[in-house]
Amino acid sequence: MTQLELATDRGHVVAAETLAASPLAIRGLTVSYGEKPAVFSIDATVQDGSMTAIIGPNGAGKSTLLKAALGVIKPLSGTVSVYGAPLEGQRARIAYVPQRASIDWDFPARVIDVVLMGLYRELGLLRRLTGGHRQKAMDCLERVGMADFAERQIGQLSGGQQQRVFLARALAQDADLYLLDEPFAGVDAATEKAIIDVLKTLKSQGKTVIAVHHDLATITEYFDHVFLINVRKVAEGPVATTFTAENLQKAYGGRLATAQIEELELGAG
Amino acid sequence: MLFEALALQLGYNATLVAIGSTLLGISAGVTGTFLFLRKRALVSDAISHATLPGVGLAFIAMVLLGGDGRNLAGLMAGSALSAWIGLICVQSLTRRTRLSEDAAIGAVLSVFFGFGVVLLTVIQTMSSGRQAGLDGLLLGSTAGMLMQDAMIIAGGGAITLALVLLLRRAMTLVAFDPQYARSIGIDPDRVDMLTMLLVLSVTVVGLKIVGLILIVALLIIPPVTARFWTERSEKVATYAGVVGGVSGYVGAAISASAPAMPTGPIIVLSCFALFLVSLFLAPERGVLAAYLRHRRFQERVHIRQGLLSLAQQQPVYEPLTIRLLAREGLARLDGVPTEAGRARAAKALLDEHRWQIVHGMADFEAISSLYDGLRDIESVLTADQLAEIDALIGGPAEVMP
Repeated sequence: MTQLELATDRGHVVAAETLAASPLAIRGLTVSYGEKPAVFSIDATVQDGSMTAIIGPNGAGKSTLLKAALGVIKPLSGTVSVYGAPLEGQRARIAYVPQRASIDWDFPARVIDVVLMGLYRELGLLRRLTGGHRQKAMDCLERVGMADFAERQIGQLSGGQQQRVFLARALAQDADLYLLDEPFAGVDAATEKAIIDVLKTLKSQGKTVIAVHHDLATITEYFDHVFLINVRKVAEGPVATTFTAENLQKAYGGRLATAQIEELELGAG
Repeated sequence: MLFEALALQLGYNATLVAIGSTLLGISAGVTGTFLFLRKRALVSDAISHATLPGVGLAFIAMVLLGGDGRNLAGLMAGSALSAWIGLICVQSLTRRTRLSEDAAIGAVLSVFFGFGVVLLTVIQTMSSGRQAGLDGLLLGSTAGMLMQDAMIIAGGGAITLALVLLLRRAMTLVAFDPQYARSIGIDPDRVDMLTMLLVLSVTVVGLKIVGLILIVALLIIPPVTARFWTERSEKVATYAGVVGGVSGYVGAAISASAPAMPTGPIIVLSCFALFLVSLFLAPERGVLAAYLRHRRFQERVHIRQGLLSLAQQQPVYEPLTIRLLAREGLARLDGVPTEAGRARAAKALLDEHRWQIVHGMADFEAISSLYDGLRDIESVLTADQLAEIDALIGGPAEVMP
């Protein structure tokens, strides 16, 4: 089945070239834990070279959507294509930064060891780690401002530092599409700045960045596209036209007071 | 006697047993590391107990076919098969029902073991007459070990070890961060299954020497022991191999040096001895080191707090603080600072100000995170950097007596 057929088949008329060019195109994705869908029939077409924030209330399925797009969770239905091809063949072009809370930080590893994990795919079963690999890992740590921590035990890091180590691991993969799950959750201001600087640099290199994001106040400053979700898709598009009071009201319902919405720097709608 | 055994001079059988135990110990220790890192140590208990029905059925089958019921290769094949079925039961109970893994392990372990004991009892009543020694596989029995048995054990151990080395990165990654592993195309379920198969293989290889009940000890104690000595997963695996190998060798030697000493239990106890030594004496994570570190830390905090109080001309109330200050010659027992004490106090206060400046400077983040209120600031900053910071706060102020 060609991409065009795939798209029209489901009743969505999307030009084939848009899908082929899109770093991440999701069609009819439903994921359910037990018998309650966490995300339901989601369509998304991420723009190449964009920085997209996935936003929505707690329990809206933001992280679930991200994990299902990566195949970390098995969806009930739906297809995911990455740069116009099925996900499995495109793993080398994707880098994932999971939530740091999902990890046991007492694991016996140093900071550099965690970053080297980003090269495991490249190394396969047989290749040995060389000085070149270590140098690359150090460069990635340098980019997130953590080079001085290379030999430290991961358990000794603060939350923000842990997050930056995870970002360095993703950088080591040399991917084209970066998916981050709440990279700014519970981090200090220095980390937030370091991370956003790295992400903006990636964007300037033509890479695509997608992040689950919580802080509506920084959307306009950090991102150029938004994807609003509350189990179902609410809206997707450029911040200027999509990050509007109306869409936020739809996504958050009564959970976001009108006064809070008014304080935000919103798109024109 | 013990020395002779350690030097492989105790005869043919003891030598075979020692070589087999050493190899078994190494491969069990290294394989067990990944089980331990994955926090699924108890699955090995289910696997090992689930071997028993297979042992019984293999014996019966071999006797019925007119062969020797005690053929080790045959018994190992049977035990591997039933352990595999047990493993599948644990996996599918965990995945398809809402039972947690520990409950599934408990159920599978006891049912399989019970069934195995029934089979052994049936075999006792069979008329084949050569069943004696089958229950040796429960706790290991090396008395009648043959060259062929030793070869099977050595070969099996070596192959398992090679496969573990091949899969080490995948297993480490899945143990640390399974979701990330999946995102780069490593299937955690498949890697887990392979890990369990390697554990199964170690269990089956170890039947003859340590027996199915004690093999768990040889899988788990070495990595736990190794963990005391290092903070890196590859080193945990290496040290666990050493701990397992040494316990296998020493245990076999000790049991050979005295009549009727059971090999398996002695190996496990040797391993436990290494664990105890590590528990107390390991330099970073050991109990003794932790206690001493805590005591030293407490003393330094008291002295620092005392000095800061003196610098700000506040009285020191805590008796322990005063005693410590007096011991260091920084104050008299009535709390009045000495000459040296006044100088140190002024320095402490100055350092405290310097640290505050360092905290506010983004360039010094790595240094700033080292702050524990005690560290000498000269040990982390150069004289030039200090001068720069001092320029921001002005020179040290003299403490009035």
